Amino acid sequence: MAELQLREAIRAAMVEEMDRDEDIFLMGEEVAEYNGAYKVSEGMRDRYGDRRVIDTPISENGFAGLGLGAAMNGLRPIIEFMTWNFAFVAMDQLVNNAAKIRYMSGGQFSFPIVFRGPNGAAGQLAATHNTSVEALYSCFPGLKVISISNPDDAKGLLKSAIRDDDPVIFLESEFMYGMRGEVSDAEDYTIPIGKARIAKEGDAVTVIGHNKSYWRAMEAAEMLEADGYAAEVIDPRTIRPFDWDTVIASIRKTNRCVIVDESNPFASVASEVAFQIQARAFDDLDAPISRVTAKDTPAPYAKNLIEYYLPSAEDVYRACREVMYLD
Amino acid sequence: MPIAIDMPKMTDTMEEGVLVEWAVEEGDNIAAGDVIAQVETDKATMDVEAYDDGVLLKKVAQAGDSLPIGGLIAILGNEGEDISGLLAEHGTNGTVAAAPPEEPVSVEPKPIPVETAPSGDALPAAGLPTNGRTKASPLARKMASDHGLPLVNLIGSGPGGRIIKRDVQAQIGRAPAPAAAPAPTYVPSDRSVDSVRISQMRKVIARRLAESKYTSPHFYLTADVDVAALITQRTMLNDYLAKSGGPKVSFNDFVTKACASALVQHPDVNVTYAPDDGVILRYNYVDIGVAVAIEDGLVTPVIRDAQQKTVATIAQEIQALAVRARDKKLTPEEMEGSTFTTSNLGMFGIESFTAIINPPNACILAIGGIRDTPVVENGAVVAGKRMKLTLSCDHRVVDGAVGAQFMATVKELLESPLSLLLQT
Repeated sequence: MAELQLREAIRAAMVEEMDRDEDIFLMGEEVAEYNGAYKVSEGMRDRYGDRRVIDTPISENGFAGLGLGAAMNGLRPIIEFMTWNFAFVAMDQLVNNAAKIRYMSGGQFSFPIVFRGPNGAAGQLAATHNTSVEALYSCFPGLKVISISNPDDAKGLLKSAIRDDDPVIFLESEFMYGMRGEVSDAEDYTIPIGKARIAKEGDAVTVIGHNKSYWRAMEAAEMLEADGYAAEVIDPRTIRPFDWDTVIASIRKTNRCVIVDESNPFASVASEVAFQIQARAFDDLDAPISRVTAKDTPAPYAKNLIEYYLPSAEDVYRACREVMYLD
Repeated sequence: MPIAIDMPKMTDTMEEGVLVEWAVEEGDNIAAGDVIAQVETDKATMDVEAYDDGVLLKKVAQAGDSLPIGGLIAILGNEGEDISGLLAEHGTNGTVAAAPPEEPVSVEPKPIPVETAPSGDALPAAGLPTNGRTKASPLARKMASDHGLPLVNLIGSGPGGRIIKRDVQAQIGRAPAPAAAPAPTYVPSDRSVDSVRISQMRKVIARRLAESKYTSPHFYLTADVDVAALITQRTMLNDYLAKSGGPKVSFNDFVTKACASALVQHPDVNVTYAPDDGVILRYNYVDIGVAVAIEDGLVTPVIRDAQQKTVATIAQEIQALAVRARDKKLTPEEMEGSTFTTSNLGMFGIESFTAIINPPNACILAIGGIRDTPVVENGAVVAGKRMKLTLSCDHRVVDGAVGAQFMATVKELLESPLSLLLQT
């Protein structure tokens, strides 16, 4: 096991795959000469040259479409968005082309492409730079959506995403690029898309969280541990396709659930997960499903307000105690 | 805009407060910091102070009322201000009736606030009106149903009295709450009542036997039969049958055969009283119902024309019918139309008992067990074998002498068992 930063794990996945397959290339703003806005692609231009690590103008709609055209013609692009907030101008490429052309062409064209970059809140960056997009992209059939919480999952799942023949939305986090964690050094390490990870076993309450929210879930689980309760923490890792089996099996054990999701609450991933749980495990529920999300406002700028806006471990802890009927 | 004054959380463990006494009157001018009322909590009686200036528009709670935290105590505002909107937001018990819309929320449903919450933000679920429904979580509902526990017998410890998993578990005496859980407010007992749906068979048994006992005036005749000879005879017969591969014959089979023969001799016992038709039905055949206990009830398969059958044939038929009865494979025809019935509880050590007549029969014979008993023979007390038979008679159609004569014949036949073998 090697200890890597999240950015190093993502880079390792790309490098291993690009060494293996010459059709893979990386394209995005500042990925080449500047070594990446968050240094994820550091050294990759030196290794592969300008032909395979390509700087683009500030034109997300253009280079997203360029990537899709390349994918349609047999290459396997990795498109980096400096942040997913910037990808809104490329929505037509992602939503109408990436998600739908395989369906509309009767399977004649597929898109072996990965769109990746940091997602969600990143501190005092104000409303337009703090958006969580997982619910948005998950609602379009045809896109796979992965959101990772640690270096090991980042490496294993990004390699699977690059090898997948369909478009994958791969969500990272500015806050977590420097996070260190053990990464399997198994040769050709991959993690299957669509498999959740039970991070901590327990029987008192099921807490579901992805990306940064996973860590809020784990912190709340520690607080519950101090109260004498074992929470089961599940990191879905893949938002779509979602691993319902793992979640439902857990609900059958704990009879209650708190979903942590830093998206705005309306029609969020938490909304869909809660719907599916009540539909699939109604008779196993002992309490209403609860969720902890960002507040239902644009993200504020002020430090105290952005902290209040985002789900906190304390919020998760209180929601857990409530569904356990302890308060 | 009128301002709600809610029941404050005055101690860490407080869940509700009792308004003991008002310190102000409606129409009074109130300044922030004024004491408006005394509230009794779980710990002490404390003063409630106003946080705002204004006129006390309405005392919503009355002295003696108990309110949950967040429950509406009073309304403050400007003279003459409309408070109907604020009142409508609250239920009749002074608690918030519905969530105020458009309030950004992060945790759903809202937790009961631990710290002082801004007014209108706190929605204690415990205060929601129940509309008379028994509220239970889906899991609790399913568990209660699986264990046959009526929900109305359970006390809910969840918000608003919701019955939850731990309440059902406590009732069925299963796994207790986690060790570290705080003591539940409801202390359950181990007592429980299962409610088992009445089976169709049970309904039929109940209806027919109640009808019989209510409409037929029963009287009982008990005979003590000397079965010493019968025992010898049966042993010999079974030895013989064993060699020929036939089924064994029981004492019950002999009694059944004796009844069949006696009924031929006493046709006034082999009858049905049918007052609606103005007749008594007297049968020229003997169809004997034999009561068989099965898993959740009792059935009476019928031996047709028992008067024409040998003891061995009767034995064979009863065994076959009993097996089919226990397997619940009897057809309705096999259980209908008896003219007389026997019931045997001797195998349970019952010496004698009285049976309820099986309609439309006029009589039923209750067969007790064979017992060793001292008897007087030729002036000396010796060891004897006896069996008590008790005939229940419907006095509307069978009088005492008729029943007694029938019993005398049954006794005579069983005490001279060769005669039973002679008869077909």
